[in-house]
Amino acid sequence: MTTRTLAVVSAGLSNPSSTRLLADRLTAATVDALRARGDDATVEVVELRAHARDLADNLVTGFANESLRTAVDTVTGADGLIAVTPIFSASFSGLFKTFFDVLDKEALVGKPVLLGATAGTARHSLALEHAVRPLFSYLRAVTVPTAVFAASEDWAGAGGVDRALADRIERAAGELADLVTGRPAGARPADPFADPETPFEELLRRR
Amino acid sequence: MQFGIFSVSDITPDPTTGRAPSEAGRIKAMVAIAKKAEEVGLDVFATGEHHNPPFVMSSPTTYLGYVAAQTSTLQLSTATTLITTNDPVKIAEDYAMLQHLADGRVDLMMGRGNTGPVYPWFGKDIRDGIELAVENYALLRQLWREDVVNWEGKFRTPLQGFTSTPRPLDGVPPFVWHGSIRSPQIAEQAAYYGDGFFHNHIFWPKEHTQRMVEFYRRRFEHYGHGSADQAIVGLGGQVFMRKNSQDAVTEFRPYFDVAPVYGHGPSLEEFTSQTPLTVGSPQQVIERTLGFRDYVGDYQRQLFLIDHAGLPLKTVLEQLDILGEEVVPVLRREFAALKPAHVPDAPTHASLVAAAGGARDATVYAAPDAVTGATAEEVEA
Repeated sequence: MTTRTLAVVSAGLSNPSSTRLLADRLTAATVDALRARGDDATVEVVELRAHARDLADNLVTGFANESLRTAVDTVTGADGLIAVTPIFSASFSGLFKTFFDVLDKEALVGKPVLLGATAGTARHSLALEHAVRPLFSYLRAVTVPTAVFAASEDWAGAGGVDRALADRIERAAGELADLVTGRPAGARPADPFADPETPFEELLRRR
Repeated sequence: MQFGIFSVSDITPDPTTGRAPSEAGRIKAMVAIAKKAEEVGLDVFATGEHHNPPFVMSSPTTYLGYVAAQTSTLQLSTATTLITTNDPVKIAEDYAMLQHLADGRVDLMMGRGNTGPVYPWFGKDIRDGIELAVENYALLRQLWREDVVNWEGKFRTPLQGFTSTPRPLDGVPPFVWHGSIRSPQIAEQAAYYGDGFFHNHIFWPKEHTQRMVEFYRRRFEHYGHGSADQAIVGLGGQVFMRKNSQDAVTEFRPYFDVAPVYGHGPSLEEFTSQTPLTVGSPQQVIERTLGFRDYVGDYQRQLFLIDHAGLPLKTVLEQLDILGEEVVPVLRREFAALKPAHVPDAPTHASLVAAAGGARDATVYAAPDAVTGATAEEVEA
Protein backbone atom coordinates (compact mmCIF):
# COMPACT_ATOMS: atom_id res chain seq x y z
CA MET A 1 0.00 0.00 0.00
CA THR A 2 1.40 3.38 -1.02
CA THR A 3 1.22 6.18 1.53
CA ARG A 4 0.39 9.58 0.06
CA THR A 5 0.99 12.88 1.79
CA LEU A 6 -1.75 15.49 1.75
CA ALA A 7 -1.03 19.09 2.70
CA VAL A 8 -3.96 21.24 3.77
CA VAL A 9 -3.68 25.04 3.68
CA SER A 10 -6.44 26.87 5.54
CA ALA A 11 -6.57 30.66 5.57
CA GLY A 12 -9.44 30.98 8.04
CA LEU A 13 -8.95 33.67 10.69
CA SER A 14 -11.51 32.90 13.40
CA ASN A 15 -11.70 29.96 15.74
CA PRO A 16 -13.75 27.94 15.08
CA SER A 17 -13.45 28.79 11.40
CA SER A 18 -15.82 27.71 8.65
CA THR A 19 -12.82 27.74 6.30
CA ARG A 20 -11.07 25.18 8.49
CA LEU A 21 -14.32 23.26 8.79
CA LEU A 22 -14.53 22.99 5.00
CA ALA A 23 -10.84 22.08 4.80
CA ASP A 24 -11.40 19.27 7.32
CA ARG A 25 -14.41 17.94 5.38
CA LEU A 26 -12.43 17.97 2.14
CA THR A 27 -9.50 16.28 3.84
CA ALA A 28 -11.57 13.50 5.41
CA ALA A 29 -13.32 12.85 2.10
CA THR A 30 -10.00 12.75 0.23
CA VAL A 31 -8.46 10.33 2.73
CA ASP A 32 -11.52 8.07 2.29
CA ALA A 33 -11.29 8.34 -1.48
CA LEU A 34 -7.59 7.42 -1.41
CA ARG A 35 -8.32 4.42 0.81
CA ALA A 36 -11.04 3.33 -1.60
CA ARG A 37 -8.35 3.36 -4.31
CA GLY A 38 -5.99 1.30 -2.18
CA ASP A 39 -3.68 4.06 -0.90
CA ASP A 40 -3.04 5.27 2.62
CA ALA A 41 -2.63 8.96 3.46
CA THR A 42 -0.88 11.16 5.98
CA VAL A 43 -2.28 14.65 6.48
CA GLU A 44 -0.46 17.83 7.51
CA VAL A 45 -2.44 21.00 8.09
CA VAL A 46 -0.97 24.48 7.68
CA GLU A 47 -3.08 27.12 9.43
CA LEU A 48 -1.96 30.38 7.84
CA ARG A 49 -3.21 32.49 10.76
CA ALA A 50 -0.31 31.09 12.79
CA HIS A 51 2.08 32.38 10.10
CA ALA A 52 0.58 35.85 9.60
CA ARG A 53 3.67 37.66 10.93
CA ASP A 54 6.08 35.16 9.38
CA LEU A 55 4.55 35.94 6.00
CA ALA A 56 4.80 39.71 6.49
CA ASP A 57 8.44 39.28 7.55
CA ASN A 58 9.13 37.18 4.47
CA LEU A 59 7.82 39.98 2.24
CA VAL A 60 10.29 42.38 3.87
CA THR A 61 13.36 40.17 4.25
CA GLY A 62 13.02 37.90 1.23
CA PHE A 63 13.34 34.66 3.18
CA ALA A 64 11.08 32.37 5.18
CA ASN A 65 11.92 32.04 8.86
CA GLU A 66 12.18 28.58 10.34
CA SER A 67 8.54 28.23 11.27
CA LEU A 68 7.32 29.35 7.85
CA ARG A 69 10.01 27.24 6.15
CA THR A 70 8.51 24.14 7.75
CA ALA A 71 5.06 25.06 6.45
CA VAL A 72 6.41 25.77 2.96
CA ASP A 73 8.29 22.45 2.91
CA THR A 74 5.11 20.66 3.99
CA VAL A 75 3.19 22.09 1.05
CA THR A 76 5.87 21.78 -1.62
CA GLY A 77 6.73 18.23 -0.58
CA ALA A 78 3.14 16.89 -0.50
CA ASP A 79 1.64 14.55 -3.11
CA GLY A 80 -1.58 16.57 -3.09
CA LEU A 81 -2.77 19.93 -1.77
CA ILE A 82 -6.12 21.07 -0.41
CA ALA A 83 -6.21 24.89 -0.33
CA VAL A 84 -9.12 26.72 1.28
CA THR A 85 -9.58 30.46 1.66
CA PRO A 86 -12.30 32.80 2.85
CA ILE A 87 -13.51 35.15 0.12
CA PHE A 88 -12.70 38.76 1.03
CA SER A 89 -13.65 41.65 -1.27
CA ALA A 90 -14.44 39.40 -4.23
CA SER A 91 -11.22 37.33 -4.05
CA PHE A 92 -8.94 35.13 -1.92
CA SER A 93 -7.82 36.69 1.34
CA GLY A 94 -4.54 38.61 1.39
CA LEU A 95 -3.08 36.13 3.84
CA PHE A 96 -3.85 33.23 1.48
CA LYS A 97 -2.31 35.05 -1.48
CA THR A 98 0.79 36.01 0.49
CA PHE A 99 1.54 32.37 1.26
CA PHE A 100 1.47 31.48 -2.42
CA ASP A 101 3.43 34.66 -3.26
CA VAL A 102 6.42 33.61 -1.17
CA LEU A 103 6.74 30.10 -2.62
CA ASP A 104 9.41 29.53 -5.26
CA LYS A 105 7.73 30.07 -8.60
CA GLU A 106 8.27 26.42 -9.59
CA ALA A 107 7.21 24.99 -6.24
CA LEU A 108 3.71 23.85 -7.24
CA VAL A 109 4.33 22.86 -10.86
CA GLY A 110 2.25 19.77 -11.66
CA LYS A 111 0.90 19.41 -8.14
CA PRO A 112 -2.70 18.15 -7.79
CA VAL A 113 -4.72 20.78 -5.93
CA LEU A 114 -8.29 20.84 -4.64
CA LEU A 115 -9.64 24.38 -4.18
CA GLY A 116 -12.16 25.44 -1.57
CA ALA A 117 -13.61 28.73 -0.38
CA THR A 118 -16.07 30.03 2.17
CA ALA A 119 -18.10 33.19 2.58
CA GLY A 120 -21.22 34.53 4.26
CA THR A 121 -23.46 34.17 1.23
CA ALA A 122 -23.51 32.16 -1.98
CA ARG A 123 -23.11 35.35 -4.02
CA HIS A 124 -19.31 34.98 -3.59
CA SER A 125 -19.13 31.45 -4.97
CA LEU A 126 -17.70 32.15 -8.42
CA ALA A 127 -14.69 33.91 -6.89
CA LEU A 128 -13.26 30.36 -6.86
CA GLU A 129 -13.39 30.26 -10.66
CA HIS A 130 -12.54 33.89 -11.36
CA ALA A 131 -9.79 34.44 -8.77
CA VAL A 132 -8.57 31.31 -7.00
CA ARG A 133 -8.29 28.92 -9.95
CA PRO A 134 -6.33 31.38 -12.15
CA LEU A 135 -3.79 31.82 -9.32
CA PHE A 136 -3.08 28.09 -9.34
CA SER A 137 -3.15 27.93 -13.15
CA TYR A 138 -0.46 30.62 -13.11
CA LEU A 139 1.61 28.49 -10.73
CA ARG A 140 1.10 25.59 -13.14
CA ALA A 141 -0.55 23.43 -10.50
CA VAL A 142 -3.15 20.89 -11.66
CA THR A 143 -6.47 21.88 -10.14
CA VAL A 144 -9.32 19.35 -9.95
CA PRO A 145 -12.43 20.31 -11.96
CA THR A 146 -14.71 20.60 -8.93
CA ALA A 147 -13.89 23.52 -6.65
CA VAL A 148 -15.95 23.57 -3.46
CA PHE A 149 -17.63 26.68 -2.13
CA ALA A 150 -19.54 26.77 1.17
CA ALA A 151 -21.68 29.69 2.34
CA SER A 152 -22.98 29.96 5.89
CA GLU A 153 -26.34 28.50 4.83
CA ASP A 154 -24.63 25.34 3.49
CA TRP A 155 -23.64 24.27 7.00
CA ALA A 156 -27.26 23.37 7.85
CA GLY A 157 -28.73 19.95 7.15
CA ALA A 158 -28.06 16.33 8.01
CA GLY A 159 -24.65 15.86 9.66
CA GLY A 160 -24.17 19.61 9.73
CA VAL A 161 -23.74 19.76 5.95
CA ASP A 162 -26.23 20.47 3.21
CA ARG A 163 -26.68 17.43 0.91
CA ALA A 164 -25.61 19.37 -2.18
CA LEU A 165 -22.42 20.52 -0.45
CA ALA A 166 -21.72 16.99 0.75
CA ASP A 167 -22.03 15.74 -2.82
CA ARG A 168 -19.64 18.40 -4.09
CA ILE A 169 -17.13 17.55 -1.38
CA GLU A 170 -17.27 13.88 -2.29
CA ARG A 171 -16.93 14.53 -6.01
CA ALA A 172 -13.98 16.91 -5.53
CA ALA A 173 -12.25 14.47 -3.15
CA GLY A 174 -12.64 11.68 -5.71
CA GLU A 175 -11.13 13.87 -8.40
CA LEU A 176 -8.15 14.73 -6.20
CA ALA A 177 -7.65 11.08 -5.23
CA ASP A 178 -7.69 10.09 -8.92
CA LEU A 179 -4.98 12.64 -9.73
CA VAL A 180 -2.83 11.74 -6.72
CA THR A 181 -2.98 7.97 -7.25
CA GLY A 182 -2.14 8.40 -10.92
CA ARG A 183 1.30 9.82 -10.06
CA PRO A 184 4.50 8.51 -8.51
CA ALA A 185 4.57 9.11 -4.73
CA GLY A 186 7.03 11.55 -3.22
CA ALA A 187 7.88 13.42 -6.47
CA ARG A 188 10.05 16.43 -5.59
CA PRO A 189 11.12 19.54 -7.48
CA ALA A 190 14.57 19.38 -9.10
CA ASP A 191 17.53 20.15 -6.78
CA PRO A 192 19.15 23.40 -7.97
CA PHE A 193 22.39 22.33 -6.30
CA ALA A 194 22.73 19.05 -8.18
CA ASP A 195 25.69 18.87 -10.58
CA PRO A 196 24.74 20.98 -13.63
CA GLU A 197 23.42 19.16 -16.69
CA THR A 198 25.04 21.75 -18.97
CA PRO A 199 28.85 21.71 -18.71
CA PHE A 200 30.36 25.16 -18.20
CA GLU A 201 32.36 24.76 -21.42
CA GLU A 202 29.06 24.67 -23.29
CA LEU A 203 27.90 27.93 -21.69
CA LEU A 204 31.18 29.46 -22.89
CA ARG A 205 30.69 28.13 -26.41
CA ARG A 206 27.17 29.58 -26.65
CA ARG A 207 28.42 33.09 -27.05
CA MET B 1 42.95 34.51 6.89
CA GLN B 2 42.04 38.00 5.70
CA PHE B 3 39.73 40.30 7.66
CA GLY B 4 38.19 43.47 6.40
CA ILE B 5 35.08 45.50 5.77
CA PHE B 6 32.81 46.05 2.79
CA SER B 7 30.58 49.02 2.09
CA VAL B 8 27.52 49.49 -0.09
CA SER B 9 28.13 53.28 -0.09
CA ASP B 10 24.56 54.16 0.84
CA ILE B 11 23.46 57.65 1.81
CA THR B 12 20.81 56.95 4.43
CA PRO B 13 19.42 59.49 6.89
CA ASP B 14 20.49 58.83 10.47
CA PRO B 15 17.14 57.80 12.00
CA THR B 16 18.10 59.26 15.37
CA THR B 17 18.68 62.77 13.95
CA GLY B 18 16.91 62.71 10.58
CA ARG B 19 20.06 64.07 8.93
CA ALA B 20 21.63 62.49 5.85
CA PRO B 21 25.22 63.22 4.79
CA SER B 22 25.85 65.01 1.51
CA GLU B 23 27.48 63.09 -1.34
CA ALA B 24 30.69 64.98 -0.64
CA GLY B 25 30.49 64.08 3.04
CA ARG B 26 29.76 60.41 2.42
CA ILE B 27 32.54 60.04 -0.16
CA LYS B 28 35.11 61.57 2.21
CA ALA B 29 33.73 59.45 5.05
CA MET B 30 34.36 56.35 2.97
CA VAL B 31 37.97 57.45 2.50
CA ALA B 32 38.32 57.96 6.26
CA ILE B 33 36.78 54.52 6.89
CA ALA B 34 39.18 52.77 4.48
CA LYS B 35 42.22 54.53 6.00
CA LYS B 36 41.04 53.65 9.48
CA ALA B 37 40.64 50.01 8.43
CA GLU B 38 44.36 49.90 7.60
CA GLU B 39 45.30 51.82 10.74
CA VAL B 40 43.54 49.35 13.06
CA GLY B 41 45.18 46.39 11.34
CA LEU B 42 42.47 45.09 9.00
CA ASP B 43 43.56 43.53 5.71
CA VAL B 44 40.86 44.37 3.17
CA PHE B 45 38.51 47.16 2.17
CA ALA B 46 35.92 46.44 -0.53
CA THR B 47 33.44 48.85 -2.04
CA GLY B 48 30.24 48.19 -3.91
CA GLU B 49 29.38 49.66 -7.29
CA HIS B 50 26.02 51.34 -7.84
CA HIS B 51 24.57 53.68 -10.41
CA ASN B 52 21.58 55.16 -8.62
CA PRO B 53 20.70 57.02 -5.41
CA PRO B 54 20.91 56.41 -2.48
CA PHE B 55 24.38 55.12 -3.37
CA VAL B 56 27.44 57.24 -4.20
CA MET B 57 29.90 54.66 -5.51
CA SER B 58 29.53 54.77 -9.27
CA SER B 59 33.27 54.99 -9.90
CA PRO B 60 35.13 52.47 -7.73
CA THR B 61 38.56 52.74 -9.35
CA THR B 62 38.64 56.53 -8.96
CA TYR B 63 37.89 56.05 -5.29
CA LEU B 64 40.17 53.06 -4.77
CA GLY B 65 43.03 54.83 -6.56
CA TYR B 66 42.71 57.72 -4.13
CA VAL B 67 42.64 55.31 -1.18
CA ALA B 68 45.63 53.42 -2.59
CA ALA B 69 47.67 56.62 -2.50
CA GLN B 70 46.90 57.11 1.18
CA THR B 71 47.43 53.56 2.40
CA SER B 72 50.30 51.13 2.21
CA THR B 73 49.16 47.65 3.26
CA LEU B 74 45.40 47.61 2.75
CA GLN B 75 44.12 45.18 0.09
CA LEU B 76 41.64 47.04 -2.13
CA SER B 77 38.70 45.14 -3.48
CA THR B 78 35.14 45.44 -4.76
CA ALA B 79 31.81 44.08 -3.58
CA THR B 80 30.82 43.84 -6.31
CA THR B 81 32.06 44.89 -9.76
CA LEU B 82 29.19 44.66 -12.23
CA ILE B 83 30.45 42.10 -14.73
CA THR B 84 27.11 42.22 -16.55
CA THR B 85 26.76 45.90 -17.43
CA ASN B 86 30.37 47.15 -17.46
CA ASP B 87 32.37 46.75 -20.62
CA PRO B 88 34.93 44.04 -19.82
CA VAL B 89 37.51 46.04 -21.78
CA LYS B 90 37.08 48.97 -19.40
CA ILE B 91 37.25 46.66 -16.35
CA ALA B 92 40.50 45.17 -17.72
CA GLU B 93 42.02 48.63 -18.23
CA ASP B 94 40.78 50.29 -15.03
CA TYR B 95 41.79 47.54 -12.64
CA ALA B 96 45.16 46.91 -14.28
CA MET B 97 45.84 50.63 -13.87
CA LEU B 98 44.73 50.46 -10.23
CA GLN B 99 46.92 47.39 -9.72
CA HIS B 100 50.00 49.35 -10.85
CA LEU B 101 49.19 52.40 -8.71
CA ALA B 102 48.47 50.25 -5.65
CA ASP B 103 51.58 48.07 -6.10
CA GLY B 104 49.45 44.98 -6.54
CA ARG B 105 47.14 45.50 -3.54
CA VAL B 106 44.06 44.84 -5.70
CA ASP B 107 41.55 42.09 -6.26
CA LEU B 108 37.97 42.15 -7.52
CA MET B 109 34.68 40.51 -6.77
CA MET B 110 32.39 40.02 -9.75
CA GLY B 111 28.65 40.29 -9.33
CA ARG B 112 25.55 40.76 -11.42
CA GLY B 113 24.11 43.57 -9.31
CA ASN B 114 20.76 43.66 -7.59
CA THR B 115 19.18 46.66 -9.32
CA GLY B 116 17.14 45.59 -12.35
CA PRO B 117 17.05 48.99 -14.10
CA VAL B 118 20.88 49.10 -14.28
CA TYR B 119 20.75 46.75 -17.26
CA PRO B 120 18.78 49.07 -19.58
CA TRP B 121 20.74 52.09 -18.32
CA PHE B 122 23.84 50.44 -19.76
CA GLY B 123 22.15 49.06 -22.84
CA LYS B 124 21.78 45.51 -21.59
CA ASP B 125 18.87 43.12 -20.95
CA ILE B 126 18.42 41.66 -17.47
CA ARG B 127 17.25 38.40 -18.99
CA ASP B 128 20.80 37.93 -20.27
CA GLY B 129 22.27 38.33 -16.75
CA ILE B 130 23.98 34.95 -16.46
CA GLU B 131 25.07 34.86 -20.11
CA LEU B 132 26.54 38.36 -19.77
CA ALA B 133 28.45 37.30 -16.66
CA VAL B 134 29.82 34.25 -18.48
CA GLU B 135 30.80 35.98 -21.73
CA ASN B 136 32.13 39.22 -20.21
CA TYR B 137 34.27 37.44 -17.66
CA ALA B 138 35.72 35.09 -20.27
CA LEU B 139 36.74 38.15 -22.29
CA LEU B 140 38.14 39.94 -19.24
CA ARG B 141 40.37 36.96 -18.47
CA GLN B 142 41.58 36.87 -22.04
CA LEU B 143 42.36 40.61 -22.04
CA TRP B 144 44.53 40.24 -18.94
CA ARG B 145 46.29 37.07 -20.11
CA GLU B 146 46.87 37.65 -23.82
CA ASP B 147 48.75 40.70 -25.12
CA VAL B 148 46.81 40.78 -28.39
CA VAL B 149 43.19 39.75 -28.42
CA ASN B 150 41.02 38.86 -31.40
CA TRP B 151 37.55 38.25 -30.10
CA GLU B 152 33.95 37.98 -31.15
CA GLY B 153 30.96 37.44 -28.87
CA LYS B 154 27.24 37.97 -28.54
CA PHE B 155 27.06 41.11 -26.41
CA ARG B 156 29.92 43.37 -27.47
CA THR B 157 31.44 44.63 -30.70
CA PRO B 158 34.27 42.37 -31.89
CA LEU B 159 37.91 43.11 -31.07
CA GLN B 160 40.61 42.88 -33.71
CA GLY B 161 44.22 42.96 -32.60
CA PHE B 162 43.34 44.73 -29.36
CA THR B 163 45.83 45.18 -26.55
CA SER B 164 44.46 46.20 -23.16
CA THR B 165 46.85 48.58 -21.42
CA PRO B 166 48.45 48.77 -19.00
CA ARG B 167 49.30 45.08 -18.93
CA PRO B 168 48.74 43.52 -15.49
CA LEU B 169 51.43 44.39 -12.95
CA ASP B 170 54.37 41.94 -13.09
CA GLY B 171 52.45 39.98 -15.75
CA VAL B 172 49.99 38.69 -13.12
CA PRO B 173 46.28 39.61 -13.30
CA PRO B 174 44.44 40.48 -10.07
CA PHE B 175 42.80 37.61 -8.20
CA VAL B 176 39.06 37.40 -8.80
CA TRP B 177 36.21 36.40 -6.52
CA HIS B 178 32.68 35.78 -7.72
CA GLY B 179 29.82 36.85 -5.48
CA SER B 180 26.36 35.35 -5.72
CA ILE B 181 23.58 34.83 -3.24
CA ARG B 182 21.48 32.20 -4.94
CA SER B 183 22.71 31.43 -8.46
CA PRO B 184 24.51 28.08 -8.65
CA GLN B 185 25.69 29.05 -12.16
CA ILE B 186 27.93 31.76 -10.67
CA ALA B 187 29.37 29.35 -8.09
CA GLU B 188 29.95 27.00 -11.02
CA GLN B 189 31.79 29.78 -12.88
CA ALA B 190 34.04 30.45 -9.88
CA ALA B 191 34.74 26.72 -9.54
CA TYR B 192 35.47 26.29 -13.26
CA TYR B 193 38.23 28.89 -13.21
CA GLY B 194 39.51 28.07 -9.73
CA ASP B 195 38.61 31.61 -8.67
CA GLY B 196 37.32 32.59 -5.22
CA PHE B 197 33.66 32.46 -4.23
CA PHE B 198 32.17 35.02 -1.88
CA HIS B 199 28.76 34.74 -0.25
CA ASN B 200 27.19 37.94 1.04
CA HIS B 201 25.78 35.80 3.86
CA ILE B 202 24.34 38.60 5.94
CA PHE B 203 20.69 38.93 5.00
CA TRP B 204 19.71 35.26 4.87
CA PRO B 205 19.63 32.18 7.07
CA LYS B 206 22.90 30.28 7.11
CA GLU B 207 21.44 27.38 5.10
CA HIS B 208 21.43 29.57 1.97
CA THR B 209 25.15 30.27 2.34
CA GLN B 210 25.95 26.69 3.25
CA ARG B 211 24.28 25.24 0.14
CA MET B 212 26.05 27.64 -2.21
CA VAL B 213 29.48 27.15 -0.61
CA GLU B 214 29.12 23.36 -0.56
CA PHE B 215 28.21 23.41 -4.24
CA TYR B 216 31.17 25.67 -5.09
CA ARG B 217 33.61 23.49 -3.15
CA ARG B 218 32.35 20.28 -4.79
CA ARG B 219 32.60 21.82 -8.26
CA PHE B 220 36.07 23.34 -7.52
CA GLU B 221 37.29 19.81 -6.84
CA HIS B 222 35.46 18.48 -9.93
CA TYR B 223 37.37 20.92 -12.13
CA GLY B 224 40.69 19.77 -10.71
CA HIS B 225 41.85 22.84 -8.81
CA GLY B 226 42.42 20.93 -5.57
CA SER B 227 40.31 19.25 -2.93
CA ALA B 228 36.98 20.80 -1.93
CA ASP B 229 38.43 22.12 1.32
CA GLN B 230 41.13 23.98 -0.62
CA ALA B 231 38.63 26.14 -2.51
CA ILE B 232 38.84 29.89 -1.78
CA VAL B 233 35.81 31.07 0.18
CA GLY B 234 34.85 34.50 1.49
CA LEU B 235 31.91 35.49 3.67
CA GLY B 236 30.15 38.66 4.67
CA GLY B 237 29.20 39.49 8.23
CA GLN B 238 27.29 42.28 9.91
CA VAL B 239 28.09 43.46 13.43
CA PHE B 240 27.48 46.24 15.89
CA MET B 241 29.45 46.19 19.11
CA ARG B 242 29.71 47.90 22.47
CA LYS B 243 31.54 46.77 25.58
CA ASN B 244 28.21 45.84 27.18
CA SER B 245 25.97 43.91 24.82
CA GLN B 246 22.79 45.65 26.01
CA ASP B 247 24.32 49.03 25.11
CA ALA B 248 24.98 47.73 21.60
CA VAL B 249 21.37 46.58 21.23
CA THR B 250 19.95 49.86 22.53
CA GLU B 251 22.15 51.98 20.29
CA PHE B 252 21.71 49.89 17.12
CA ARG B 253 17.95 49.24 17.37
CA PRO B 254 16.75 52.54 15.85
CA TYR B 255 19.05 51.94 12.86
CA PHE B 256 17.89 48.36 12.52
CA ASP B 257 14.19 49.13 12.78
CA VAL B 258 14.13 51.35 9.68
CA ALA B 259 17.12 49.94 7.76
CA PRO B 260 16.41 49.91 4.02
CA VAL B 261 17.19 46.23 3.62
CA TYR B 262 15.25 44.60 6.45
CA GLY B 263 13.50 47.34 8.43
CA HIS B 264 9.81 47.22 9.34
CA GLY B 265 9.87 43.42 9.39
CA PRO B 266 11.29 41.05 11.99
CA SER B 267 12.53 42.38 15.32
CA LEU B 268 16.26 42.88 15.92
CA GLU B 269 16.21 39.81 18.15
CA GLU B 270 14.48 37.68 15.50
CA PHE B 271 16.80 38.84 12.74
CA THR B 272 19.94 38.18 14.77
CA SER B 273 18.76 34.64 15.45
CA GLN B 274 17.77 34.03 11.80
CA THR B 275 20.81 35.60 10.08
CA PRO B 276 24.51 36.21 10.88
CA LEU B 277 23.78 39.75 12.17
CA THR B 278 25.41 40.08 15.59
CA VAL B 279 24.67 42.99 17.89
CA GLY B 280 26.41 42.72 21.22
CA SER B 281 29.78 42.55 22.93
CA PRO B 282 33.08 41.93 21.11
CA GLN B 283 33.13 38.47 22.69
CA GLN B 284 29.73 37.66 21.16
CA VAL B 285 30.99 38.74 17.74
CA ILE B 286 34.07 36.55 18.15
CA GLU B 287 32.00 33.50 19.06
CA ARG B 288 29.44 34.02 16.29
CA THR B 289 32.11 34.57 13.65
CA LEU B 290 34.09 31.50 14.67
CA GLY B 291 30.83 29.60 14.28
CA PHE B 292 30.65 30.44 10.53
CA ARG B 293 33.41 27.88 10.00
CA ASP B 294 31.09 25.15 11.29
CA TYR B 295 28.93 25.38 8.18
CA VAL B 296 31.27 26.62 5.42
CA GLY B 297 34.54 24.98 6.47
CA ASP B 298 37.90 26.73 6.71
CA TYR B 299 37.61 29.93 4.72
CA GLN B 300 39.94 32.66 3.57
CA ARG B 301 38.25 36.05 3.83
CA GLN B 302 35.83 37.62 6.29
CA LEU B 303 34.36 41.02 5.45
CA PHE B 304 32.10 42.92 7.85
CA LEU B 305 29.43 45.45 6.94
CA ILE B 306 29.61 48.28 9.49
CA ASP B 307 28.92 51.60 7.74
CA HIS B 308 25.33 51.41 6.46
CA ALA B 309 21.79 52.40 7.50
CA GLY B 310 22.75 55.95 8.46
CA LEU B 311 25.29 55.14 11.18
CA PRO B 312 27.40 58.28 11.74
CA LEU B 313 31.08 58.29 10.78
CA LYS B 314 32.19 58.65 14.39
CA THR B 315 30.32 55.48 15.33
CA VAL B 316 31.73 53.58 12.34
CA LEU B 317 35.27 54.56 13.31
CA GLU B 318 34.60 53.38 16.88
CA GLN B 319 33.38 50.07 15.48
CA LEU B 320 36.66 49.79 13.54
CA ASP B 321 38.62 50.41 16.73
CA ILE B 322 36.78 47.58 18.46
CA LEU B 323 37.25 45.26 15.48
CA GLY B 324 40.95 46.03 15.27
CA GLU B 325 41.73 45.97 18.98
CA GLU B 326 39.49 43.30 20.42
CA VAL B 327 37.93 41.13 17.72
CA VAL B 328 40.20 40.52 14.74
CA PRO B 329 43.38 39.65 16.72
CA VAL B 330 41.47 36.91 18.52
CA LEU B 331 39.80 35.68 15.32
CA ARG B 332 43.17 35.56 13.53
CA ARG B 333 44.65 33.43 16.28
CA GLU B 334 41.68 31.12 16.67
CA PHE B 335 41.04 30.56 12.94
CA ALA B 336 44.76 29.96 12.32
CA ALA B 337 44.88 27.37 15.08
CA LEU B 338 41.92 25.52 13.55
CA LYS B 339 43.05 25.61 9.90
CA PRO B 340 44.80 22.48 8.56
CA ALA B 341 48.13 23.08 6.78
CA HIS B 342 46.86 21.98 3.35
CA VAL B 343 44.18 24.72 3.27
CA PRO B 344 45.63 27.71 1.41
CA ASP B 345 45.34 31.40 2.28
CA ALA B 346 43.57 33.76 -0.10
CA PRO B 347 45.83 34.53 -3.06
CA THR B 348 47.59 37.91 -3.00
CA HIS B 349 49.67 39.63 -5.64
CA ALA B 350 52.83 38.32 -3.98
CA SER B 351 51.61 34.72 -3.89
CA LEU B 352 50.38 34.89 -7.50
CA VAL B 353 53.72 36.30 -8.64
CA ALA B 354 55.55 33.53 -6.82
CA ALA B 355 53.23 30.92 -8.39
CA ALA B 356 53.95 32.40 -11.82
CA GLY B 357 57.67 31.91 -11.29
CA GLY B 358 58.47 35.51 -10.46
CA ALA B 359 57.64 38.98 -11.65
CA ARG B 360 58.14 39.98 -15.26
CA ASP B 361 57.73 43.31 -17.00
CA ALA B 362 54.68 42.72 -19.17
CA THR B 363 54.83 46.02 -21.00
CA VAL B 364 53.79 45.79 -24.63
CA TYR B 365 56.10 48.15 -26.50
CA ALA B 366 54.91 49.57 -29.74
CA ALA B 367 57.39 49.47 -32.58
CA PRO B 368 58.23 52.91 -33.93
CA ASP B 369 55.85 54.18 -36.53
CA ALA B 370 55.93 57.51 -38.27
CA VAL B 371 52.43 58.49 -37.21
CA THR B 372 50.81 56.47 -34.41
CA GLY B 373 53.46 54.09 -33.14
CA ALA B 374 52.59 50.58 -34.23
CA THR B 375 49.65 48.31 -34.88
CA ALA B 376 49.03 45.41 -32.57
CA GLU B 377 49.44 42.99 -35.50
CA GLU B 378 52.98 44.20 -36.01
CA VAL B 379 53.76 43.67 -32.34
CA GLU B 380 52.36 40.15 -32.51
CA ALA B 381 54.51 39.36 -35.55
